[in-house]
Amino acid sequence: MATEAAAKKQAGKTRGHIEIRVDECKGCGCCVIVCPKQVLELSKELNKMGYHPCTYKGEGCIACGFCFYACPEPGAITVYTKEAGE
Amino acid sequence: MKVKFAKPETFYDVYERKAGGDQTVTHYCPGCGHGNIHKMIAEAIADLGVQDRTVFVSPVGCSVFAYYYFDMGNIQAAHGRAPAVATGVKRSHPDSIVISYQGDGDLAAIGTAEVVHAANRGEKITVIFVNNAIYGMTGGQMAPTTLVGQRTTTTPYGRSPVNEGYPIRVAELINALQAPVYIERVALTDAKHTAQTRKAIRKALTYQVENKGFSLVEVLAACPTGWGVHPTQAREWIKEAMEPVFPLGCFRDRGAEIEAAPLEPRPFINEDLHEKLDVPSPGLAVEEVVPGTMDHLPEALRNPRIKVAGFGGQGVLMLGLGLATVGMKLGYHVSWLPSYGPEMRGGTANCSVRISTNMIGAPTVAESDLLVAFNRPSVEKFEPDLRAGGMLFYDSSLVDVAPQRGDIGIVAVPATKLADELGNTKAANMVMFGAIAEKTGLFKEDDVRSHLGDFIKKKKLIPLNEEAVAKGAQFVRDMA
Repeated sequence: MATEAAAKKQAGKTRGHIEIRVDECKGCGCCVIVCPKQVLELSKELNKMGYHPCTYKGEGCIACGFCFYACPEPGAITVYTKEAGE
Repeated sequence: MKVKFAKPETFYDVYERKAGGDQTVTHYCPGCGHGNIHKMIAEAIADLGVQDRTVFVSPVGCSVFAYYYFDMGNIQAAHGRAPAVATGVKRSHPDSIVISYQGDGDLAAIGTAEVVHAANRGEKITVIFVNNAIYGMTGGQMAPTTLVGQRTTTTPYGRSPVNEGYPIRVAELINALQAPVYIERVALTDAKHTAQTRKAIRKALTYQVENKGFSLVEVLAACPTGWGVHPTQAREWIKEAMEPVFPLGCFRDRGAEIEAAPLEPRPFINEDLHEKLDVPSPGLAVEEVVPGTMDHLPEALRNPRIKVAGFGGQGVLMLGLGLATVGMKLGYHVSWLPSYGPEMRGGTANCSVRISTNMIGAPTVAESDLLVAFNRPSVEKFEPDLRAGGMLFYDSSLVDVAPQRGDIGIVAVPATKLADELGNTKAANMVMFGAIAEKTGLFKEDDVRSHLGDFIKKKKLIPLNEEAVAKGAQFVRDMA
């Protein structure tokens, strides 16, 4: 029960979501270092330009947008907000 | 889920820069600051709702290709001249929102004069100055903003103040001027400073939308490739090395106290102006012009490209102006493009004239149909450029060697000698005008004489010049 509550609490903190267009990322890592929740990392895979692109760990995003403005590519990152229950 | 931060709509969806290659990513290196700044500008323009009246002036430098990305008006300026181009756009379209986007090589080196004077005039434009302390595009050479001790390809031992001076502080320099409304230096480092950069860019553009005046935002940005460091380390280097030399902060913000001041209109046609200058007012009525034809001329001389050349002082430019003026009065499209050395007299001068029944695309004349040469060097220089079937008029009283080509018409007119007989050698050009008109049939002698007053300013000289035209025409008739 306790772990379920913790999981629920954790999910409640996931107020946002990040979508990364893998083939537009040049793997500079600027988004990774500015993320206050450290939910971004560079992939071990290579994208079609030959970079290790950024990936979202899947949870914990608070939709602060720091990564969006740290990213030099216009369209590589899109940040979403989640409604309650999403 | 709702989109909170996404690619602004003021960017193109696809960057159609060339066939093949990836058209969804910018050409910038990983971690380059240009992309971040582009994004902030694009976002601000979208939010301000001024996309359809924004003109983005891109510089020479890595951001030379900004027009591939921004879906707005785009002009790419010559190196350093973006503020001058932006001035022209803003002055001719006062409602436009004009951004002069420049790097440190462009703005702080070759374009120092342009930005200083645009700022000093208080041009109502926004200058975004991207300072990365290096020439990025050309391969990492020293820029005026390069730090003391910083290694570049042209300062391999590090910039030494003894040899290369000190980094130039642009925000401080512009802050010495009275007119600018808003000057701030920001840095693309951590999240907080990035947010400040975004805010500064928005503020500068907002002030322009509000017609406040000149603003400059200097952005310290990373050039990981030029500096030879990882993009994330580059952010640290800005903080540690650049910020002590280029202190961040707002140098001036008079946006709140300054009233909106749109440009005052200065119409070209102004009744008072004509009164003041004592010239007849053209009013707004356009003179009815009957389009001229050239059907009466031989094929080779239709829509002629004309070169007039000689020493400065021989009336070379005046003859060209006369040909163009009379042509214009007779309903042709004309252009007159003078070219002369720094000397008023004694140097060489030439001009290119085009007279055409069609609109003229370029006023330059590389290959000519008509060459008018008043001295030997002009014959030697321009005779080879005459097209076959063209005509060469030369002043045989001054040119002692006859031209040789067999595929052109050659007309020797002792123009200076004939003018001398009229009492003024300076009328040689109008003697030549009369000869050209008579020989080619381009104009009637009477048309030339009746329009002399349209390009000769000293009215008392008109009778002499009428005589000169008549004498030149008579010479050709006698020759036949």
